[in-house]
Amino acid sequence: MPADGGIGASPKRREDVRFLTGKGNYTDDINVRGQAYVHFVRSELAHGHINSIDTGAASAMEGVVRIFTGADFESVGGIPCGWQITDRFGEVMQEPAHPVLAQGKVRHVGDPIAAVVAETYEQARDAAEAIEIDISELPAVIDMKAAVANSDVKVHEDLISNLCYDWGFVEENRDAVDAAIKGAHHVTTLELVNNRLIANPMEPRVAVGDYNSATDDHTLYTTSQNPHVIRLLMGAFVLGIPEHKLRVVSPDVGGGFGTKIFHYAEEAFCTFAAKACGRPVKWTSSRSEAFMSDAHGRDHVTKIELAMDAEGMFQALRTETYANMGAYLSTFAPSVPTWLHGTLMAGNYKTPLIYVNVKAVFTNTVPVDAYRGAGRPEATFQLERVIDKAAREMGIDPIELRRKNFITEFPYATPVAVEYDTGDYHATMDKLSEIADLSGFEARRAQSASNGKLRGLGVNCYIEACGIAPSNLVGQLGARAGLYESATVRVNATGGLVVMTGSHSHGQGHETAFPQVIADMIGIDASMVEIVHGDTAKVPMGMGTYGSRSLAVGGSAMFKATEKIINKAKKIAAHLMEAADSDIELKDGQFSVAGTDKSVAWGDVTLAAYVPHNYPLEDIEPGLEETAFYDPANFTYPSGAYACEVEVDPDTGKVDIKSFAAADDFGNIVNPMIVDGQVHGGIGQGIGQALLEQAVYDSDGQLLSGSYMDYAMPRADDVPYYTVDHSCQTPCTHNPLGVKGCGEAGAIGSPPAVVNAVVDALQRAGHDITHIDMPLSPSKVWSAMNS
Amino acid sequence: MYAFDIERPSSVSEAVEALKNEEAQALSGGQTLIPTLKQRLAAPEKLISLTGISDMKGICEGAGGSVCIGGATTHGEVAEGASAYPALAELASHIGDPAVRNRGTIGGSLANNDPSACYPAAALGSGALIVTNTREIAADDYFEGMFSTALDEGEIITEVRFPVPECANYQKFVQPASRFALVAVFVAKYADGVRVAVTGASEDGVFRWTDAEQALNADFSVDALENLKCSEEGMIEDMHGSAAYRAHLVKVMTKRSVGAC
Ligand SMILES: Cc1cc2nc3c(=O)[nH]c(=O)nc-3n(C[C@H](O)[C@H](O)[C@H](O)COP(=O)(O)OP(=O)(O)OC[C@H]3O[C@@H](n4cnc5c(N)ncnc54)[C@H](O)[C@@H]3O)c2cc1C
Repeated sequence: MPADGGIGASPKRREDVRFLTGKGNYTDDINVRGQAYVHFVRSELAHGHINSIDTGAASAMEGVVRIFTGADFESVGGIPCGWQITDRFGEVMQEPAHPVLAQGKVRHVGDPIAAVVAETYEQARDAAEAIEIDISELPAVIDMKAAVANSDVKVHEDLISNLCYDWGFVEENRDAVDAAIKGAHHVTTLELVNNRLIANPMEPRVAVGDYNSATDDHTLYTTSQNPHVIRLLMGAFVLGIPEHKLRVVSPDVGGGFGTKIFHYAEEAFCTFAAKACGRPVKWTSSRSEAFMSDAHGRDHVTKIELAMDAEGMFQALRTETYANMGAYLSTFAPSVPTWLHGTLMAGNYKTPLIYVNVKAVFTNTVPVDAYRGAGRPEATFQLERVIDKAAREMGIDPIELRRKNFITEFPYATPVAVEYDTGDYHATMDKLSEIADLSGFEARRAQSASNGKLRGLGVNCYIEACGIAPSNLVGQLGARAGLYESATVRVNATGGLVVMTGSHSHGQGHETAFPQVIADMIGIDASMVEIVHGDTAKVPMGMGTYGSRSLAVGGSAMFKATEKIINKAKKIAAHLMEAADSDIELKDGQFSVAGTDKSVAWGDVTLAAYVPHNYPLEDIEPGLEETAFYDPANFTYPSGAYACEVEVDPDTGKVDIKSFAAADDFGNIVNPMIVDGQVHGGIGQGIGQALLEQAVYDSDGQLLSGSYMDYAMPRADDVPYYTVDHSCQTPCTHNPLGVKGCGEAGAIGSPPAVVNAVVDALQRAGHDITHIDMPLSPSKVWSAMNS
Repeated sequence: MYAFDIERPSSVSEAVEALKNEEAQALSGGQTLIPTLKQRLAAPEKLISLTGISDMKGICEGAGGSVCIGGATTHGEVAEGASAYPALAELASHIGDPAVRNRGTIGGSLANNDPSACYPAAALGSGALIVTNTREIAADDYFEGMFSTALDEGEIITEVRFPVPECANYQKFVQPASRFALVAVFVAKYADGVRVAVTGASEDGVFRWTDAEQALNADFSVDALENLKCSEEGMIEDMHGSAAYRAHLVKVMTKRSVGAC
């Protein structure tokens, strides 16, 4: 293994030196000579007709370069949606226009109406206040069920209703599921809400547009998880700029959690305005703007029914979900409650019949899209909650009920169209039992009780689908993109490597983990490998980072490119040692001829590739650089078992998390420390969702939780020390690294554990409480106990 | 933020003079005012900084063993330095985070009178004296409702005098997002009676829970509160808790304060 860390080692994250010492280069650190600043005038109303916009006085104000309104964007495209869903009846979803700046109507608080470009931010803000906008307020569409039941008030007048689609999956199973539920020994039913969240990455969004009139080149610097996706969507669909004239750069990205996947109006605006104004245009989101313009997450209202036989074997599962789309379709919004959610409803269990119905609804709220886990947390939450409720109703221990129904043979084709390649759910449950000391719970409960606290234990499993995704499959499902990944490995003459990858880091530690893989393959130090990402001018077309795909898909592309490098290097080495290609072995950075003591070093071979004096020029080209595109054959299926112990204060309803244990199966692990960190962060976010976070709209569509005064983010003292273990490893069978992905698991697996634990605590204390909707704030828990 | 000028007087009289300008406003730690300015919710042309006035800073012992705190003394300084009044020091040590405590001041907090702020509970619960450039105001006369006080235009809190009780305790139940008080109760037991001040709960801002005071005057014990119920009328109701919940918490926190006293 390389001295400074190969596969399985835990070198410290090299990028952290830069991040922690203020030497990072974030988008807001980029300032282009001559830049002007834009301030967006955003709707304060949730819904209204724009009667007039008078920019006259504002345009004359000091420092104003130009003021834009929706009219300026009539000739360009709208913000596109990247996924088209076909509904139960074979019809394609309703897809509304999404103008860069509002045209005719405003549809949510925060919808941009006008944009002032000025010499300074303050001048832009001053002028923005002088713009006179006359809007007739319309009733706001907020409640999803009401929005579907009554289409008198429509978010989009040109659509038939507020229903984006009514999706059924697997539609052919519908009758069979209904019949199985009707005839079942017992059916457990649960109605629940998956609360609306706001991602709140530490770095707010930023966009800087630049245009060179001499070359007709556009550059957009933006806080994105996937610059190529932005280049394609914005170039092809919004502004009509061909890719070779559009460069998108995302330098260091300070957290994304999904919300920086999507193409946003502000990006298109800055790119467009830079050309229109003849100077660079910069926008930096304030935190307040982020609350009302970054895509929100989750926001499902679900009814789930689980049918069982007398032994507790699952027989059928039926769900009905209302999924909030918000006012417009964000880039991947339609896919989240459907393909990323319905396909996961089997969970870890052998339920033979499943039917998932999802009604996606337009409302006068900020668009909702993928947020860490994207659909899988919603699936896991409802499934693991209903199983917990079922266990209590059936009088079966919740762990036992899960074990009875575990899938044990792989590959396993679920009734919801996916095939799990590997897994061992009993193994992770056994491991959990050990690391969480489940057998010691009763003693801990007695201890809590003696302090006047109600202790509860919540356990659940999860399965998720990562490594998104086989392009041909997602194409059939409505994706308007491929989901492969790319890598170019460039070896320099003196042996160092630069890897250019379409995977982009927004904090995951790619610059540390990826070199471990490549260094391990060659047997050189990881410090000889440098990662380049986040710039469409430098890296081959790639799809970016989300869905825990970077190592499974991007890492596999790197693996394949490195294999090509090694194959070619072996040929060069064979020539240098006057041996046959097939006799060359590579170990610890040395090429040797099998069965002899002849060897040449990695550096000798790379030098020969670029100084080809003694070189097989007639057979191979000089140079050592290879590109590979990897398109996965299947999703990967990480799984695990989680346990949470809580104490509830009966006087106040406050929930304290006393312990949290996670036993995950991520397949092979490259850097255990980074994996620990990903799981810690994910669980922290899950605890945030379970106990603290919620985007709250009032019935007029005002965002009541529009700042940190009311939107509760988890803080260090809200979370416990975690016990995490990933020693259960069933390697992925279809990617060359055997890896599955670990970025979202914590956020997927943890909310049900927390809620199960609180319900357990309350039930043990004699309360007849079967469910409380997240976030389980003190007031909600107390109200449930006292109603 | 709109553009403004700033002046940094070194004496109270200079500050008072500067504040006669109608467009001027006092700036202390800025932990409330600066965010307000950033959101363009206020537009003073001139800010008069009070933090350079040495007469308004520091903690000393006053008449009858009271603790006197300069109006421009930071929460951090009170947390560290008010050892003569431990419950007050403890309260200050849980306001906001270290950055807030290193800047925010007692004068700013009392002048602002946020209905969820901590110091108003300590001042009212201790029967403190709010000393200004023109007069001394008893805490009972000072707080006039949410964000409203007895201060006149341009009047500056120069000092706050806290009589030190036999025992006191502050119990803060935090609002999960802001970590201001969702409900917090300050109980102080003096030779001449018990005072119970509640913050976070009422739409009228900090108030004294007189029923509890009476019960505790008769019997200073947790049990004495058992049969009391705080009325939910006029309690704040928002996404973080109903009026009934807040009223309930008033009692819970009062019991805990007494228990810890
Ligand atoms: C993140 C955060 C968390 C916080 N958490 C808490 C908390 O848990 N509990 C809590 O109680 N508070 C909390 N605060 C508020 C904090 O305590 C403020 O410092 C305080 O409310 C205002 O004091 P200041 O010195 O910063 O006043 P400034 O912001 O400077 O001024 C506030 C107002 O008072 C006026 N003023 C200032 N000084 C005087 C004076 N001496 N005489 C007359 N008028 C004056 C100003 O003109 C202004 O109108 C928090 C603040 C932040 C930012």
